[in-house]
Amino acid sequence: MAEALLQVEELSVAYGQVEAVRGVSLHVARGQIATVIGPNGAGKTTLLGAIMGLLPSRGAIRFAGDRIDGRDTEALVRRGISLVPERRELFADMTVQENLELGGFSRRRAGESRAALANTMEEVFALFPRLKERLPQLAGTLSGGERQMLAVGRALMGKPKLLLLDEPSLGLAPLITRDILHTISRLRESGLSVLLIEQNARAALQTADYGYVLETGELSLEGEADRLLHDERVIATYLGRH
Amino acid sequence: MDSTIVALLAQDGLTNGSIYCLLALALVLVFAVTRVIFVPQGEFVVYAALTMASFDGARTPGTVWLLLALGGAAWLADTVKLRREPRRMALAWLATAAPCVAAAGLVAWVAASKAPFVVQALTTVLAVTAMGPAVYRLAFQPVASASVLVLLIVAVALHFVLTGLALLFFGAEGVRTPAFTSASFSFGNITVSGQSLLVYAFTAVLIVVMAVFFRYALFGKALRATAANRTGARLVGISPDFAGRLCFTLAAAIGAVSGLLIGPITTVYYDSGFLIGLKGFVGAIVGGLVSYPIAAGGALFVGLVESFSSFWASAYKEVLVFTLIIPVLLWRSLSTTHSDEEE
Repeated sequence: MAEALLQVEELSVAYGQVEAVRGVSLHVARGQIATVIGPNGAGKTTLLGAIMGLLPSRGAIRFAGDRIDGRDTEALVRRGISLVPERRELFADMTVQENLELGGFSRRRAGESRAALANTMEEVFALFPRLKERLPQLAGTLSGGERQMLAVGRALMGKPKLLLLDEPSLGLAPLITRDILHTISRLRESGLSVLLIEQNARAALQTADYGYVLETGELSLEGEADRLLHDERVIATYLGRH
Repeated sequence: MDSTIVALLAQDGLTNGSIYCLLALALVLVFAVTRVIFVPQGEFVVYAALTMASFDGARTPGTVWLLLALGGAAWLADTVKLRREPRRMALAWLATAAPCVAAAGLVAWVAASKAPFVVQALTTVLAVTAMGPAVYRLAFQPVASASVLVLLIVAVALHFVLTGLALLFFGAEGVRTPAFTSASFSFGNITVSGQSLLVYAFTAVLIVVMAVFFRYALFGKALRATAANRTGARLVGISPDFAGRLCFTLAAAIGAVSGLLIGPITTVYYDSGFLIGLKGFVGAIVGGLVSYPIAAGGALFVGLVESFSSFWASAYKEVLVFTLIIPVLLWRSLSTTHSDEEE
């Protein structure tokens, strides 16, 4: 197995008395896609929120060998982690161009040039040509698929080493979902590591290298994605028989 | 009432209205970015006017001690909070405590050296602007994610603290600063004072600068992004602390300029800030605390109402101004659907 870029050990997250995530340990290898599948309410989004520093958690989180639990979200962005949240969280009354520019905010503050950002923006356009056509449009007026492209594009503008994706297929037509997952596979080839959270288990396992099954806050199963695709329990619960 | 009086009142109204307009814009900015209804905005105005008056009277302004107190408190807060992260601690010092101490030194030096008027004015703006990030650090950063109500209560408390400090460091005496210019211009039978024209010009320039800043500058866009979506802003690396400090710096700067402009027009006391700020607030409410242009228009209207009502019913001047808020609130409560507070 390749070296782990992200390593989560015994992570627990509680909302008051309720533990939404309990003792979860997982890792994302460098240059690979790992996925966490599971039903609604299993704690998948909570898990990503905790990794990204948006929610307080217990347990250890390591990124490239360094402990990052307890660090600010902004510090993690600077370290090279980007989250594309389930709700996209775009700047609705700003243009597509401004959304993308702000995606590079940390890099600009770290002293990178406008030209470097323009290059990254061209790379984003190569992945999502539609965004280039929509540059002057307000983000709030985009279609669902375009918003998802913009959310991923904005995250990529930060040149992350690790991309956390929360339900990229949510509310999208199957064809668009396929496009977006296909784009994510292409990103892996450029060296990006991805942690993908998905309800659409089949699409997720087909895209990923390694998979985890999260049920009511605990991991119940893990393994190579190919193997999980043929696992009896996964088929019965998440994939359905054909 | 003849046309000369109308022109005079309109001129007065627009002059005050321009200043309220600047304050309204600052209030909208602070609320949009941090959700704080910034009651003490007027205190920055007062500090600027009082500082300028001290310079004029060849005294060392109490601003020096005020800045040292704010800077010292901010330094202590950051030192305690970040004692295990020396790098972040140093950065925090640079962002809040250091500007206060530097500004205190500058004010003391300018007071001692009897510098020319322009230098005094610039120093005043710098000194009051330096208070912005320190005030944010001390009062709002620790409770940044609290509800709007808690933030409002903190803002009211801060207002009392800042008014008290003004009394302590500047005394109870009212001041009037010298006019920037004594020139006046006649258009037919209407005379417009140079001071009024300066106020209009400053206001217009400041509004244009702000518009350009928010439209084109990276930090301006970062503030708009934070106002639009706090979580989204954090996810691209804009920290709420950074955005808060930045918008309080701007609000303090706007307050400082307003103080310089209003100083020669009205007598300013240590506690004048509340009423001045409140009039800006009425303008901001007209804009629903979100729309910059409507807030600006509302504030100009407040200035005009104030000026005309002081002619017709001077005893009811303030009452009439604040009554303006009732129809606006009524209309808003009928036309807007209720939405739960965004968290």
